[in-house]
Amino acid sequence: MDPVTTLTALFTLAIYSFLYRDNPVYRFAEHVFAGLSAGYYSGLIFQSVLVQQLWQPLIGGKLWLIVPGILGVLTFARLSTKWSWLSRVALAFVIGANAGILLMQQLHGLVLPQVAETMINMGTIKGLLVVVGVISTLMYFYFSKPHKGALGVIANVGMWFIMISFGAHFGYTVMARVSLLIGRVQFLVIDWLHLVD
Amino acid sequence: MCGDTTRYAVTAAVIVALLACPAAAQETESPGSLFNTDRVNALLLMLAFCGAVLYFIRSSQRGKEMYIRPLPGLEAVEDGVGRATEMGRTVLFIPGTGDIDQAETFAGLAVLGKIAKITARYDTPLMVPCLYPMPLAAASEVVREAYTDAGKPDAFKPDMVRYMAGESFGFSAAVNGWMMREKPATNIFLGQFHAESLLMAETGNAAGAIQIAGTAQPEQLPFFIAACDYTLIGEELYAASAYLSKEPKYLGAVKAQDIFKITLTVLILAGALFTTFDAGWAETFRSWFEVH
Repeated sequence: MDPVTTLTALFTLAIYSFLYRDNPVYRFAEHVFAGLSAGYYSGLIFQSVLVQQLWQPLIGGKLWLIVPGILGVLTFARLSTKWSWLSRVALAFVIGANAGILLMQQLHGLVLPQVAETMINMGTIKGLLVVVGVISTLMYFYFSKPHKGALGVIANVGMWFIMISFGAHFGYTVMARVSLLIGRVQFLVIDWLHLVD
Repeated sequence: MCGDTTRYAVTAAVIVALLACPAAAQETESPGSLFNTDRVNALLLMLAFCGAVLYFIRSSQRGKEMYIRPLPGLEAVEDGVGRATEMGRTVLFIPGTGDIDQAETFAGLAVLGKIAKITARYDTPLMVPCLYPMPLAAASEVVREAYTDAGKPDAFKPDMVRYMAGESFGFSAAVNGWMMREKPATNIFLGQFHAESLLMAETGNAAGAIQIAGTAQPEQLPFFIAACDYTLIGEELYAASAYLSKEPKYLGAVKAQDIFKITLTVLILAGALFTTFDAGWAETFRSWFEVH
């Protein structure tokens, strides 16, 4: 048996042992898994961000990259009690910039296309369902008034649409999870134990 | 200086002209132009939205009453913290497994501030594991500030907010192990969650914790509904901080969002009716909302 495959299979079984209860074998696998992923991503970010996106362009002449570099260094200021306030500068920049980008992304990528795509012919059952579903769901998320009277009725219809959508998502996602499980079982039975050709 | 002023004035004039006549501008647009006329509709919508947010925040600050309907999941938060206090156990808060560039992470962190104030008030242990470094730094600042605002800066311990792994399944393995060993009384999952949502929520359920969850990921919400006691669905997560704090800035923003929703509803309904009854301007009306 290939030792790497055996090791992978043993770790798979160690993680599955949690289904019975928390135990030392699971705890060992958990610590290895968490530690490995932390180490792997640290190395990945060091290479793909610090080296490829900061250091190499910087020595290539893109001096303006000093600014994000300094902001990055400032995040480490939180390690010092005296200078920890400096880390908020970098944090404020990242959160502010992301909020601005997100607003336009959502408007341009989601809100406008969905509004345009909902302006459809209500003369068909599909069209009527789409328009009624979108509007009643929007009304369910109306927070400034109690859901009573006409608003309550519309919000209730919206709730039905939301629940039907959740049911569909649930079924779809469970299928995806089952296919992940099948993948693991195939690995154990075929690749590791060679019980099936 | 004078040159700069002239340049800004010319740029402003060009922008105004482009806004006034987008069709003409499209004909003369070069690939490197400063102003993307394809996105004028998004710009106008953004200006209207931001204007509404500022207006309602100002109204709320001037004392105008703003109602926000009860959200059962959030009414359970204080009870959940109280339960943890009585049992002498920890409150676990996870601000999602998304990075800082996700709106749900912002929403989760905003609620974390309110919850940290309650745990500070009751001297209840709090644990905030994070998947990525930037949410870790932000969560740390949020919790520190909450403890300072509650008048207990010394009760804040840096290890309340912890980095756990850098990959979602490694993170959920670490959190699950911690939950089974420490048996937190209350688990709060608010933010962006992915495939690990059920792994953590089901383990929390097995550990006997009261669980409150909220996300805007439609694929994960059914799992939270199945495994948690209370679930905030989609946009309820964004309204959560306003509901918990009742602060004018949050209430004003929620009110503006509601007005925005009503406006969109009216526009959608008008567009759909124009299309249904084959009004001559239906396609023109619809084209205002198309993106290129």
